[in-house]
Amino acid sequence: MSTSIPEAHHDVAPGDEHGPADISHAIRGYLVGLALATLLTCVSFYIAQSTLVWQPSIPIALSVLALAQMGVHLVFFLHITSGPDSVNNVMALAFGLLIVMLLVFGSLWIMIHLDHNVMPMQRLMQMQR
Amino acid sequence: MSAASTAYLGVAGRGHAQALTEEPEHGPSKRIVVAYGFWIFLISDIILFSALFATYAVLTDATAGGPTGRDLFELPTVAVETACLLLSTVFCGFAGIGAQARRSGMYYGAMAATFVLGATFVAIELHEFASMIHLGAGPGRSAFLSAFFALIGCHGLHVTAGLLWLLTMMAQVYAKGFRADILRRLLCFALFWHTLDIIWVALFSLVYLVGVAPR
Repeated sequence: MSTSIPEAHHDVAPGDEHGPADISHAIRGYLVGLALATLLTCVSFYIAQSTLVWQPSIPIALSVLALAQMGVHLVFFLHITSGPDSVNNVMALAFGLLIVMLLVFGSLWIMIHLDHNVMPMQRLMQMQR
Repeated sequence: MSAASTAYLGVAGRGHAQALTEEPEHGPSKRIVVAYGFWIFLISDIILFSALFATYAVLTDATAGGPTGRDLFELPTVAVETACLLLSTVFCGFAGIGAQARRSGMYYGAMAATFVLGATFVAIELHEFASMIHLGAGPGRSAFLSAFFALIGCHGLHVTAGLLWLLTMMAQVYAKGFRADILRRLLCFALFWHTLDIIWVALFSLVYLVGVAPR
């Protein structure tokens, strides 16, 4: 009886789990997410302080671990999945990520070029004397 | 079994007179529309943080001869903050489950745990800020520190606002019960709280850990 509830809508609200679920199943989802997030956090803290990873690549490694943990949070805590009932939520997030990437990498790109091409103020002052 | 799982599905309040007028015959339910709209707001909030984040990334080395991140950041403190926020986000999820299942004890207990952990996070962060300012490393010291305080402070303000919202949601459930409209607000609060933890993942990884890592 409980499984025969008609599927009136094909969408799911962000944050809601899709499909029927009981309490223990839902709690287990959060605990799996907690375990994965704790693991990734511990690896991040360990890598930042050890010589395990080649030092110039540490920021890249930490970025990758952070992205992975954000993915874990999105799937297990926010229930944003790749399922067909969550397409609208994923599309909104994808557009947001596009803007975020443009903002962050665009700013860094432009400012690093400025740093290379513009003469430091002190040397400019010396030349004017 | 069937009664419990039907209640959990979130079709709560269908029989409620108010719910009948709120939910249209066709199209998505009001729960989906409200949560989707709030999701759009949260994404714009993430974009706000990315602007502050880009500012910080550009100004990391602009220390004006003052202290750098390596001199100031204390990883054990950051680890405790991270643990507080991660556990609080899990308890926030438990509160949502408890509310859907109409289990008051689970709801209030999980919300209280979320509040205590969130408040601990804010207290530790305030203490960190105070000790930095005491060392002469306040937001006025260098462009790096201005960007740091703006970015981390903005997140701290969000968590503080979230704590006030959390208390409001506990009071609303106490006064009005697990009504459909209250459950929608609770879903929005849970989305907000989970998103703050996602932003903190970026902050502790790319501000604190990269700031301390050997170069």
